[in-house]
Amino acid sequence: MITTTGLTKVYRSRGREVTALDGVDLHVREGEVYGVIGQSGAGKSSLIRCVNLLERPTSGTVTVAGQDLTALAGRGPRAGRELRQARSRIGMVFQHFNLLSSRTVRDNVELPLEILGVSGKERTRKALELLDLVGLADKAGSYPAQLSGGQKQRVGIARALAGDPKVLLSDEATSALDPETTRSILQLLRDLNRQLGLTVLLITHEMDVVKSICDSAALMEKGRIVESGTVSELLATPGSELAAALFPVSGEATGDDRTVVDVTFHGDAATQPVISQLSRTYNIDISILGAAMDTVGGKQVGRMRIELPGRYEDNVVPIGFLREQGLQIDIPGREQEPALLKEGAAK
Amino acid sequence: MQPLLEQACWDTFYMVGWSTLIAVVGGLPLGILLVLTDRGGLLQNVVANKVIGQIVNVARSLPFIILMVALMSFTRWITGTTIGREAAIVPLAIGAIPFFARLVETAVREVDHGLVEAVQSMGGNTWTVVRKVLVPESLPSLISSATTTIVALIGYSAMAGTVGAGGLGDIAIRYGYQRFETGLMWITVAILAVVISVIQFAGDYAARGLHRRGGRSGPGPKLRLLKAKEPDAQPVPAAGATTTDVSKVA
Repeated sequence: MITTTGLTKVYRSRGREVTALDGVDLHVREGEVYGVIGQSGAGKSSLIRCVNLLERPTSGTVTVAGQDLTALAGRGPRAGRELRQARSRIGMVFQHFNLLSSRTVRDNVELPLEILGVSGKERTRKALELLDLVGLADKAGSYPAQLSGGQKQRVGIARALAGDPKVLLSDEATSALDPETTRSILQLLRDLNRQLGLTVLLITHEMDVVKSICDSAALMEKGRIVESGTVSELLATPGSELAAALFPVSGEATGDDRTVVDVTFHGDAATQPVISQLSRTYNIDISILGAAMDTVGGKQVGRMRIELPGRYEDNVVPIGFLREQGLQIDIPGREQEPALLKEGAAK
Repeated sequence: MQPLLEQACWDTFYMVGWSTLIAVVGGLPLGILLVLTDRGGLLQNVVANKVIGQIVNVARSLPFIILMVALMSFTRWITGTTIGREAAIVPLAIGAIPFFARLVETAVREVDHGLVEAVQSMGGNTWTVVRKVLVPESLPSLISSATTTIVALIGYSAMAGTVGAGGLGDIAIRYGYQRFETGLMWITVAILAVVISVIQFAGDYAARGLHRRGGRSGPGPKLRLLKAKEPDAQPVPAAGATTTDVSKVA
């Protein structure tokens, strides 16, 4: 739905050059919620602004819904008619809401429709319908200054949906909100994604946002995408920074003669109660040192750090059992299998 | 004496009224253009920005009395004369356009860039941004700017009065200065003070009313004062009022 290839953005000011985007290839599938996470200054903001060409990329292409927007751009800083039409089919919500303070909530939602040239009656009908969708039907006549942060963002979302977009861009939409409100706004985005089949590209610096609503995620550092993929693909990637940050596990072994095992759940295996199966099959006591589990799309996803009695050599069979179940097993502190075997052989 | 003052008042209002109108019509687009053509603006054009900025600066820094004299031939070309209230409108308006334009520039620059970005993301063009964002969002400041311009124009119009434009300035000079009729001069001073106060109050009231409606960052201290004075509920219902009246009568 959204594809960028070799996207580069260089800012020039007073002879100095700052590379905000350094060859970004992004691919967002239709109907998914895609999160780009990174620290401030990583280039997330430039990336999302390049998608609807609020920022003109220095090089590279952006394709949204099969349309090459960079080709529509034309010359000069101003946007031509075709690009403006394409933009009206991409909704955008902002960190600081960006509602017009001089207009009522309803008039704010009507604004994109005014730009599209929709007639007055139709605008009002659509605006009220959208306000109902985001749960603010009773606030239509209020001014933004009279609303709470979460309500303002709901208005922002309703406004972004006015042009019936297929794609919604979210620029740190929840970063100015408290945790409770953040959850409700994310829930709303998730619902809209499901109900309307909306493709959502969001940028954030909060891991929780990615964890709670994203199907796929990308990690940005210094203008590049360092890791990307679906959440379960990322989990399956050994040494994935993003997976480690999304599902952090910790805990030390409680004694020398004990083995610590990291179990990563992803895919179909995650539905099986493997830990209790393991315990019953081999009659061993398992302690859980730490776990970070979540239910993503009805499947259990996450990591668990468990401790088995006995050294690694004593636990080869139970560990083999876990592997057979299709789980990914890592032994913290023992990087590579061959090295382990040699060590064992030396003893 | 009274018809004299009355006529002078009307002359002043006439000059100030028309020149304010022209200043707003001319200064508003000029001020917006100054913002749009600036570096990073929607119509970025450094050369145009420098040229407009320079013209505005020069016109603004010229003392009004000099501007009036310098524009004499232009005034004659437009109105056919250099004397009278119509003739005074020309230099007054030309002096006020750059004055108002600078104030507009400051007001419009205050508008959050995020709002401009939001309208762009909806597919709005520059004209949409001006019409739907820049002007409505800066309206309270624009009204304050217009008030300031009107007050400045009243001052300028008095200067114009000294060279034959009529109005309150003319009275003060001819009767107060040249004939030592101090009483009459003080009356004009009092009238001017009242007029300016009323205009300032009306302007502030309108700007504040708009701001309260939309206030982005919440009400300022002045506004709170105003709110505190306002009763929350409507005054006593009509029925109650009638009963008290009746009891008083009784």
